[in-house]
Amino acid sequence: MKKHTISILVENKFGALNRIVGLFSARGYNIDSISVGTSEDDSVARVTIVSKGDDDVIEQIIKQLNKLIDVTKVMDLTYDSYVERELVLVKVAANRNTRSELMQISEIFRSKIIDISPRSITIEATGSEQKVDALIKMLDPFGIKEIARTGRVALKREFEGAV
Amino acid sequence: MSTNEMTGAEIFVKSLMEENVDYIFGYPGGAVIGVYDALHDMSHIKHILTRHEQGAVHAAEGYSKATGKVGVVLVTSGPGATNTVTGIADAHMDSVPLVVFTGQVATHLIGNDAFQEADIIGITRSITKHNFLVKDVKQLAWTIKAAFHIASTGRPGPVVVDMPKDVMASTTPFMYPKEVKLRGYHPFYFGHMGQINKAVEIINASRKPVLYVGGGVINSNASKELFNLAKKLNAPVAMTLMGLGAYPAGDELSMGMLGMHGTWYSNVAVDQCDCLIAIGSRFDDRVTGNPAMFSPNSKKIHIDIDPSAISKNVKVDVPIVGDVRHVLERLIPLVNPLDTKDWLAQIEEWRGEHPLRYENGEEIRAQYVIEKIYEITKGEAVITTDVGQNQMWAAQFYGYKNPRSNITSGGLGTMGFSFPAAIGAAFGVEDRPVFSINGDGGIQMNIQEMATAAGNKLPLKIVILNNGYLGMVRQWQDLFYKKRYSHVTLGNNPDFVKLAESFGATGFVTDKTDMVVPILKEAMKIKDRPVLMDFRTIREDNVYPMIPGGGTVAQMLDYPKSVKELKLSKAHSEGAK
Repeated sequence: MKKHTISILVENKFGALNRIVGLFSARGYNIDSISVGTSEDDSVARVTIVSKGDDDVIEQIIKQLNKLIDVTKVMDLTYDSYVERELVLVKVAANRNTRSELMQISEIFRSKIIDISPRSITIEATGSEQKVDALIKMLDPFGIKEIARTGRVALKREFEGAV
Repeated sequence: MSTNEMTGAEIFVKSLMEENVDYIFGYPGGAVIGVYDALHDMSHIKHILTRHEQGAVHAAEGYSKATGKVGVVLVTSGPGATNTVTGIADAHMDSVPLVVFTGQVATHLIGNDAFQEADIIGITRSITKHNFLVKDVKQLAWTIKAAFHIASTGRPGPVVVDMPKDVMASTTPFMYPKEVKLRGYHPFYFGHMGQINKAVEIINASRKPVLYVGGGVINSNASKELFNLAKKLNAPVAMTLMGLGAYPAGDELSMGMLGMHGTWYSNVAVDQCDCLIAIGSRFDDRVTGNPAMFSPNSKKIHIDIDPSAISKNVKVDVPIVGDVRHVLERLIPLVNPLDTKDWLAQIEEWRGEHPLRYENGEEIRAQYVIEKIYEITKGEAVITTDVGQNQMWAAQFYGYKNPRSNITSGGLGTMGFSFPAAIGAAFGVEDRPVFSINGDGGIQMNIQEMATAAGNKLPLKIVILNNGYLGMVRQWQDLFYKKRYSHVTLGNNPDFVKLAESFGATGFVTDKTDMVVPILKEAMKIKDRPVLMDFRTIREDNVYPMIPGGGTVAQMLDYPKSVKELKLSKAHSEGAK
C-alpha cells in the first residue's frame, strides 16, 4: 500500500472540513495526516491529506471527495512532481551535559531552537516527513517530552524535471 | 418596512411556491411554529399531516418516486428532526430527490443543549447529498433554491435545510434567484464520445449480450430509450430490484429481476454472457454476490451519472459517466442489430427448466396473492413494498409494465417503508390504483399512518401477507442457522380488520385461497377510504431462487421440485373468519 498525498480545495465555511473527515471515517479510509489552512483564495481552504491505500481505494476516495458539494478540486499529487513540507516542534530533555550536542544536531537538520529552559529545549524543524522522522530518531535518546507535528502540506511543482 | 420585506417563514412559503411544490409532508412543533403560521393561509401548497416524522419522509419518497418530482418534508427541531433520519438514509441509498426542512433552536441557543435541540446537520452529514444550516435570513431563498437544485440534478438525493427559529422570524426583502452557481458541483450529463465509441465496438462484436438495468433508468426517464436499445440489439434485459418497471416485464426480452432472489435464467445469463451492459445500476452486493465471480466472461460497459459508482465493486472495461438517457440517445444510432437467436433460445431453455413457480393449494400462497393483484390491475398499479419476503415475491410475481410503478426500499432495506410510501404515492398518482404490500412485521412499524390514509380518504389497498413471522429472517435461520427460530415469531398481532375499522378504513381477512380474488375485487370497488386485506398465508415458505449472500451462480438454490420437500406448515389461520 502506497502513501498518497491528496490536495483538496474546499469552500472555507462552517462544517466543510467535517464533511471531509466524516467521509474518511464513514467509509473506513485511513488518514495518516491532515493539515488545513486557507489557500491563495480566502473563500477556499486547502486541505492536505496523506492516506494509505491500494490504487482502487485511493480512486474511490478521490471520487467520493469530488462528490462533496463543498469540494471544488481534488488532486492526487502522488504521481506528479510536487514539493512537500512538514513542520514539527519537539520538546526534548536537556541539561548542561547534553545541551551542546542537541544544538549540533539541530544545526545539522537546519532547525531552530525556539525555547530553552534549564531542563529542556524546544526545536522547530521543517522538511519532508523523512527528515522530520530522522530528527525525532536522533533526539529520542535524549528523552523526548512532547512532539507536535503539523502533518504534510504540499503543492504541485510548476516545472517538471529539467526546463 | 418596504413592501417586499418578508419574514423567513414567508420567504419559505414563497420559495416553495417558486419551486412548484404541491405537497409538504410534515409535522409541526415549537421550532417551526412560525413557519406553520405562514402555511396556515396557503391554499397552493397542501400540507399532509402524518402521524410520525418517519412516515412523513417515506411519504415524500413515495410521492417523489411515483411522480419524479422532489419530495418535500417539514418537521420541527430535536426529536422531529431525528425521527426523519431513517427516511433520509433510505432516500440517500435509493437516490430519491428530497428536501427535508428541519426546525432548529434559535441561533443564540445552538450548542447550549437547549430544549429540543439536536445537531441534525452533523447527524445527517453522511446520509444526505448535502445539507445546510441557514444562519441568516438573507441566505434563506438562495439556500432553498440550492437545495432543490442539488436534490434534483445529477444523481438525485436528499438535502436537509436546517432553519433556526429566529432566522425564520427575522425579515429581509424577498428575491428568489433564477439559478444558483455552486463551484464544487457540476454533474456531467453527456457521456464522453470516445467512451461511447469504445462501448459500441464491444457491443457490435457481442453474440451473448445482457442489459443489466437499474433504478438510474427510471430516475433519468430513459425507459423508451432502453426499450429501443434492447429491441435494436435483440438483447435480453435483467433488472435490479430498483430497475423493475424500467422495461416491461411481459416483453419477450425481459428476464425479470437478477441477483439474490432474481430469476434463475437471468442470473445464469449474466454469468454466461459475453457483454454486460450495466445501465444506471451499481453492482450492489445483492446483485453480484461474490464480486470476483460476477459475470466472469463478459466485457463490461457501465453507464452511470455517478463517477463513484464506477468500478466501486466490480471493475468494468468501459465506463461512461453521464445521464442514462443522454448516453443511450447517442449510443443507439451507433450499434448494429445483433444476431442473438441462439443466445435467446438458450435463455428460453433455461427459463423452461427453471421458471419462477410455486404450487397452489387451499391455503394461501403469498405468490398467488401477488399474481392475482397483477391480474386484477393488469400490471398498471403503483406497488409499494416493504422489505423481506413480501418485497421479493412482489418483485418476482408482479409484472411491472411501467416505470415509477415499483416503489420499494432497495438500498437501506427499511421495514415500515411500504405503507407511508403508498400514502405519498397516492397523493401523486390519482389515475392508477396504489397497492401497499406488507408483511405482518413491517406494517406494524408505521401502522400509525392509518390515521393519515383514512383521514385523507385515500383509496389505498393495503395488503398484509401475514405469516406470523419476520419471514425473511426466519428463512435465513431455516437455511443457515439450523432452523433455530430466534425471536422471529410475531405472536401478538392485532386483529387487523378491527384495527382498520377503528381508523375508519375497511378490513378483510381470509386464510382461504379461493377468497383472495373476491376480496381483491371487493377492495377495488371501494374508492373513498383505505382497504386493508389481511391474507393469512402459509407460515413457513421460502423465497426461491436464492443465491446465498456473497455466493455465486453455482450455489443458486432453485424452488424445491415437489411441494412435499417444502414441508409446508399449516396456514396461519388463528382468528381468521
